[in-house]
Amino acid sequence: MGIFTFQSLLPLMRARQGEAQTMADPFFNEMYAQDGLRPLYQRLENWYQNMPSEFRALKQAEAEDLFRRYGITFAVYGEGGDPDRLIPFDMFPRVFAADEWRRLERGIKQRARALNAFLSDVYDRGEIIRAGRIPADLVYRNEAYEVAVAGFRPPLGVFNHIVGIDLVRTGPDQFYVLEDNCRTPSGVSYMLENREVMMRMFPHLFQENRVAPVDNYARLLKRTLASVAPQKCERDPNVVLLTPGHFNSAYYEHSFLADLMGIELVEGQDLFVEGDFCWMRTTEGPKKVDVIYRRIDDAFLDPLCFRPDSTLGVPGLMNVYRSGGVTICSAPGAEVADDKAIYTYVPEMVRFYLGEAPILENVPTWQCAKPDDLKYVQENIAELVVKEVHGSGGYGMLVGPKSDKATIETFAAKLAENPSNYIAQPTLALSTCPTFVEDGIAPRHVDLRPYCLVGRDIELVPGGLTRVALTEGSLVVNSSQGGGVKDTWVIAEE
Amino acid sequence: MLSRTAANLFWMTRYLERSETTARLLDMGFRNALLPNTGGGFRNEWSAILQSKGALQEFTEKYGELKQRNIETFLFFDLDNPSSVAACLRAARENARIVRTALTSQVWDAINVSYQELKALQRRERSSLEVPELTDWSLRTAALIRGAIETTQLRNDGYQFMNLGYAVERADNTARLLDVKYYVLLPSVAYIGSGLDNYQWTALLRALSAHRAYSWAYGGELSAAQIAHFLILNPKFPRSLLSCCLEVNAHLDQLARIYDRSTPAQEAARKLLGELAEARMDDIFDEGLHEFLSRMISENAGLGQCIQDQYLTGDAR
Repeated sequence: MGIFTFQSLLPLMRARQGEAQTMADPFFNEMYAQDGLRPLYQRLENWYQNMPSEFRALKQAEAEDLFRRYGITFAVYGEGGDPDRLIPFDMFPRVFAADEWRRLERGIKQRARALNAFLSDVYDRGEIIRAGRIPADLVYRNEAYEVAVAGFRPPLGVFNHIVGIDLVRTGPDQFYVLEDNCRTPSGVSYMLENREVMMRMFPHLFQENRVAPVDNYARLLKRTLASVAPQKCERDPNVVLLTPGHFNSAYYEHSFLADLMGIELVEGQDLFVEGDFCWMRTTEGPKKVDVIYRRIDDAFLDPLCFRPDSTLGVPGLMNVYRSGGVTICSAPGAEVADDKAIYTYVPEMVRFYLGEAPILENVPTWQCAKPDDLKYVQENIAELVVKEVHGSGGYGMLVGPKSDKATIETFAAKLAENPSNYIAQPTLALSTCPTFVEDGIAPRHVDLRPYCLVGRDIELVPGGLTRVALTEGSLVVNSSQGGGVKDTWVIAEE
Repeated sequence: MLSRTAANLFWMTRYLERSETTARLLDMGFRNALLPNTGGGFRNEWSAILQSKGALQEFTEKYGELKQRNIETFLFFDLDNPSSVAACLRAARENARIVRTALTSQVWDAINVSYQELKALQRRERSSLEVPELTDWSLRTAALIRGAIETTQLRNDGYQFMNLGYAVERADNTARLLDVKYYVLLPSVAYIGSGLDNYQWTALLRALSAHRAYSWAYGGELSAAQIAHFLILNPKFPRSLLSCCLEVNAHLDQLARIYDRSTPAQEAARKLLGELAEARMDDIFDEGLHEFLSRMISENAGLGQCIQDQYLTGDAR
């Protein structure tokens, strides 16, 4: 489901062999680099140093109050407990310089284009497979490959309209893509609300720093969705957001986005199919729907086409979709680009479809399906992070350096049984950001998820969601395990 | 607007109104319990209150004897009791949460803050909470939310559905509150006009925040007929059945104008209004107050169902 799971335990940071990092601080500190305070953070350091601790406590309480009042809460699947839990918000912003962001932006957009080109291709002629650049089995025998849409080209050839690319940083210029979220990446509401709360609490910070705004995200998203309306749509497209319902943990985000875009937030029961179109039930009778921004997975979209037990979807929707009566975003079938085994080929896609060199690097990945890789993984399993190919949400994975011997042995046995179900990655030295702790600030590990929009144009707002592991030394940014969020700044160009 | 959205708005305000009524009933019971325990005493009154909510059996199954503290808990905090203040406020908030896009931030804020305050009340030591504090808080909360709706919501179809919810529920609740008196009076009609009876009528008026209004309207002397007139037929009293019915008609007419389409719901509402506008107290007492009120409750429910069918399911074409 498109829930906001704080994906995956981040690979542990450990200095990889051959990388020149001192033992004293193997992690890149985004505020205090080895040669001292980075100028980027100068004003924030002043801000922090001039802040009396009572004032800070007051502000922290104010922030929590604001989040609670806005109703920004987040229930974790299957966790029970308080359904109105807040995600901890850390007030210390994370900052990117304009030139840093420029490079990230080019890299992210490049990746989003390549992923879409790949999806268009594999549901069409499959040139990349014919060229032998990606093994056919990996695509066509993939569980996420949707035979039901083979041969269908969605409007503008776009499959994946909102791409959430998870990035980690290991050095001043070293960024790695951890994974591509091609289904329905969540968390963008936190990006927007974190900024809103910071601007409300510390207006002078925004007067002093030239922070690029992110608040046009919703407008861009709406424009993106409207730009892929079906050709049959002859008027202003009616765009709706399809949610699994108010019990879903990300419901707040669904309702928040629908509100900002000024579109209806619908559940499956609000839609029905009649003739060649999809309609919604309104107080004035049926109204035609042109674009569905869905926040439910393929499997639940249409019980006649996919899971027959799904009550979240709309019976007959896929027929309407395939006859061009409605656009579904992201397109059914886009999930195949989300796969961890496919991930390793994204740089190859960039080269193949765009004829460019990849700007963002993948985390080096061993595919256990390959005998040589498997051998390496088995020999070094205690040093590696091993993941299931189709897994997500941090389940079914092994973090070698953080696991005891018995756990490793059990996992090694599973690996030996079905090697092609696994990939392995080195443990990375993740960067840290200053974060408020009991007695001041301390470095804590972070990752970043920016949200790239693909329609008639490709758009990326300057910012994203920074997740931070609040526990000292922890690499787990998962909200259920003490992860929090930060406002993410991009300093505007002079 | 989406039919489901309209349904959520309609039910949000119904639950809000219901929660307020339960608080008012609790207030009435509390005031009556301060009376000396004569002639059947307060137990009778509490059981009438539970009966009016259709919850007497549920209560006795769970708590057994009618002890006041348990009744207070049952009516205010008990989430197993679907018409407790807490359960209604929670349901209202859940409906609001689902349709936040249709609410202004002030309205959501008012509802959400009230819910947070309720949770704080739930955490407090029960013995430190007196009924007046709980009921005052409930009425204040209700007024706050109502005020936020009145002052900030666009006058669009959503606003009409919210007000329909309030009015339909309020008519039901007034009829039930008045009916409680019927139960109290039932064992001995001789009490009408006696001191005790006056006090109980006063408690009813107080619970409806109508004590002084009544005095202004009828010159201060309490009589069962006048009070019944006040609560059923007086168009100046905002909780009277006639007032509620006028409200329902006004908002249904607005909907017909906004959608440029009239439905059987408008027809049904006009029919009920016709009867109430023509009714006289003599006729009502001839029919029997209890019988009349029961019939009103059922016709009002029918009207609610009609609104449901015409607007809230999306099946009507």
